[in-house]
Amino acid sequence: MARIDLDHIRHAYMANPSREEDYALREVHHSWEDGGAYALLGPSGCGKTTLLNIISGLLTPSEGKILFDGKDVTGLQPEERNIAQVFQFPVVYDTMTVADNLAFPLRNRGMAEAEVQSRVAEVLEMIDLVDIAHRKARGLTADLKQKISLGRGLVRADVNAILFDEPLTVIDPHMKWQLRSQLKLLHRRFGHTMVYVTHDQTEALTFADKVVVMYGGEIVQIGTPQELFERPSHTFVGYFIGSPGMNVLPVALDGARAQLGQHSIALPGAASLGDGKRTELGIRPEFVQLGTEGMPVSIRAIEDIGRQKIVRAMIEGNELAIVLNEDASVPADPHVTFDPAGINVYADDWRVKLGG
Amino acid sequence: MDKSWNNKAWFLVLPVLLLVAFSAVIPLMTVVNYSVQDTFGNNQFFWAGTDWFSDVLSSARFHDALLRNLAFSAIILLIEVPLGIFIALNMPRKGLGVPFCLVFMSLPLLIPWNVVGTIWQVFGRVDIGLLGYTLNSIGIDYNYVSDPFDAWVTVIIMDVWHWTSLVVLLCYAGLVSIPDAYYQAAKIDGASRWSVFRFIQLPKMNRVLLIAVLLRFMDSFMIYTEPFVVTGGGPGNATTFLSIDLVKTAIGQFDVGPAAAMSLIYFLIILLLSWVFYTVMITNDAKG
Amino acid sequence: MLELDNVSKIANGETHLSDISLRLESGSLNVLLGPTLSGKTSLMRIMAGLDRPTRGRVLSDGKDVTGLAVQKRNVAMVYQQFINYPAMTVYENIASPLRIAGADKATIEREVARAAELLRLGPYLQRTPLNLSGGQQQRTALARAIVKKAGLVLLDEPLANLDYKLREELRAELPKIFSESGAIFVYATTEPSEALLLGGATATLSEGRVTQFGPTVEVFRNPVDLMTAQTFSDPPMNLLPMEKRQGMFVKQGVRDIPVPAELSHLADGPCTLGFRPHNLSLVAGAGTTPLSAEVMVTEITGSESYVHLIHEDQRWVMLTKGIHDVDAGKMMDVHLDTAHLMVFDRNGQTVRTQPAGA
Repeated sequence: MARIDLDHIRHAYMANPSREEDYALREVHHSWEDGGAYALLGPSGCGKTTLLNIISGLLTPSEGKILFDGKDVTGLQPEERNIAQVFQFPVVYDTMTVADNLAFPLRNRGMAEAEVQSRVAEVLEMIDLVDIAHRKARGLTADLKQKISLGRGLVRADVNAILFDEPLTVIDPHMKWQLRSQLKLLHRRFGHTMVYVTHDQTEALTFADKVVVMYGGEIVQIGTPQELFERPSHTFVGYFIGSPGMNVLPVALDGARAQLGQHSIALPGAASLGDGKRTELGIRPEFVQLGTEGMPVSIRAIEDIGRQKIVRAMIEGNELAIVLNEDASVPADPHVTFDPAGINVYADDWRVKLGG
Repeated sequence: MDKSWNNKAWFLVLPVLLLVAFSAVIPLMTVVNYSVQDTFGNNQFFWAGTDWFSDVLSSARFHDALLRNLAFSAIILLIEVPLGIFIALNMPRKGLGVPFCLVFMSLPLLIPWNVVGTIWQVFGRVDIGLLGYTLNSIGIDYNYVSDPFDAWVTVIIMDVWHWTSLVVLLCYAGLVSIPDAYYQAAKIDGASRWSVFRFIQLPKMNRVLLIAVLLRFMDSFMIYTEPFVVTGGGPGNATTFLSIDLVKTAIGQFDVGPAAAMSLIYFLIILLLSWVFYTVMITNDAKG
Repeated sequence: MLELDNVSKIANGETHLSDISLRLESGSLNVLLGPTLSGKTSLMRIMAGLDRPTRGRVLSDGKDVTGLAVQKRNVAMVYQQFINYPAMTVYENIASPLRIAGADKATIEREVARAAELLRLGPYLQRTPLNLSGGQQQRTALARAIVKKAGLVLLDEPLANLDYKLREELRAELPKIFSESGAIFVYATTEPSEALLLGGATATLSEGRVTQFGPTVEVFRNPVDLMTAQTFSDPPMNLLPMEKRQGMFVKQGVRDIPVPAELSHLADGPCTLGFRPHNLSLVAGAGTTPLSAEVMVTEITGSESYVHLIHEDQRWVMLTKGIHDVDAGKMMDVHLDTAHLMVFDRNGQTVRTQPAGA
């Protein structure tokens, strides 16, 4: 277990990067606390896997240093960094049994056989593979193979960090629920530093204490799931987290009020910013109340998705998504109001702090 | 899986079937025909039953040639397969070196058998050959024309030079199909170079190795052209393999009946051994 | 219209599909929902004509097409992997089915332009697929399926390899695209939420059987049996085995739950109660019954919390609004909204689903 410091890390896959766009990872300067559960969340190509591979040592960054507990490990190989990593697609040693697969990283490090056995037995129990411990890994289903990969990641008690690269991609939904909660439990129990890369917001939010949202090679926000949901610091975060994402409406600002077409909306505070910026109001579908009072909207479609309904409406020429409970109904003359607690204001896509 | 049940597909294969019938089945039947008859020329044939077969099977000359074949195949498999794997493991996986290595490796495979034979025949000659002359001038007594051991070494080196590339290319194809994640996982698991080979690369090469071993076995067991060109089966009978013996019998002595019986036995041995190889490796594969 | 009539598929002694009968209307969107290996792909292969059923018939517009090869049917398929011709431009990729059909130049140009606009591929027509993102590659494959004007379009987990947000966008666009073409669409997925977002009709598959087929929301709200309810539930359906004794569901250690009035005719005996995660709550309300459970772990999504619970040998998930980080290991009362209770009899048949409108 270790604290991980990323010291002004930049990375480019080309030899001589000259422009900012040449970097797959633009500048990451951040610390991961010892024993924290972090998720790196972003669309493909945002640099999250690059960052993960820099931490594991599979990549050496073009610039910057990486430190484990204050010790510079930038030049060290993955096997010298004492980390574990679970990959997107199951990596199992086909010719070995399930138990031998789990024992492999321990035996490679010369652990005494009795200790290996007890550790393997413990992990088999944890991930529920006792029944097939002595079967050859070849021919098992993708689900089971990925469980073995997870097990190999968890088997070493003394690792500095466990890294997960979209580990649940090949897993069926029902199994995902089990494995995810299992991982969370294991984190609570053993307190490993865990870094989890994913493009799936549900996985990121449910797994991590702190979610790191990446976009275009940069970190756009680091925060708890609640912060990301309630106070997205960039419109991208608002869009990427939440399903449907945050509604972003162009508004003109005037002190503590925002002008949307002909409607004036009260803000929780006054915004002060320079001229010439593109200003927008962000409101999540969960904070829009549909009723008979407020601003009139026209309804385009109502999607019944089981436990909720998503109402697709238009307001002043902008699309507006609204989330309703499954039992709620849509009034004949629909109007909406915005919950002030859910309103955020953005200037050129970045969130503006509102004064009291 | 019954992926397709379109019977018209057979029409597409028909020309090939006909070709195979003319080029393989009919000559084979002729051979079978010869193998059970005797002739003294004039196109007069007499029924000989299984006489030729028992003659061939009990002939010391046949036994010796068969043993030479088995020894030859065993030696070249033992050299070419490990050497091929070793070279494949050390070839670059990406970059400019890849096409260069692949072309370089393919070159020996593109040379016709008799040319390979001729090259080595000249190369090894004591009077004018670069190899033969150099070895002798530095004091090594090498002469494939007079020394059976030297003749064997020459024929084996020639085969290794000619055919190891095939094993290399097949293994290389198996190796490049292994996803990077496997190597990365092994690194993180702290696996040694040997473990990576034993638990990742070798299992993934299993199938191509089966093909490589089968091809090399069948080919080496039927070897004819190269030793014929280089040593002509000598010195003495030292490099007289079954195929060379067969030609001597059939064309040199015009003993058509025994030659036919010998061909059939030869054919059955190859079939049997290939089947054994195949079964053993497939069962291993299934057991993992 | 495509009809499957008692179709079974047995290969190497293993039953992949058993006795499946389905009627898919023209212009409809049909979701095949089930876990991996439940038979979705086998069923699609038979619909396409790639495989021949062991028993049963396939009828297209009333004509028996069982055993008719795929080339002779008017079928398009899109797979989980992005399959395009790598050496052709996007334009040529989309145009390829038209060229094979021998369409004239003007038609090709018109159709490609239309499909490209529908799938927002306009700016990428002159690129080759490998220079596109995964989402754009899959859009290309979809566009090709659309210009083919196939009577049957089969989509085998087409969005599984895409980013979450891209999936969300494509998922929203797909029904629009479908409704315009008039073809029969069949869409396989493992994810209940995907089926719900797509709408249309859903067939739930389990171990090679279609357990139910009907309008998607209908199947979700009124599953015919426990198997269907479990297949169509994400997070998994919470279960509580109890016994009906006159007016109460009873069980040792659990407070009695009153039997809803419409079930008074139900014979006494063992049964299973099913309820979805959002029908459990941290606070008591009208018509709720408390149940005690141990907290295993809590997952917070930002606006909601999933609390994983253990009740005897059952694993439950509770979904509550707001952020509630409940301590692990704690025993607590959770409140079940009995109005949304589902009841299954001892054979797993549904005897009560959610009342309409509730």
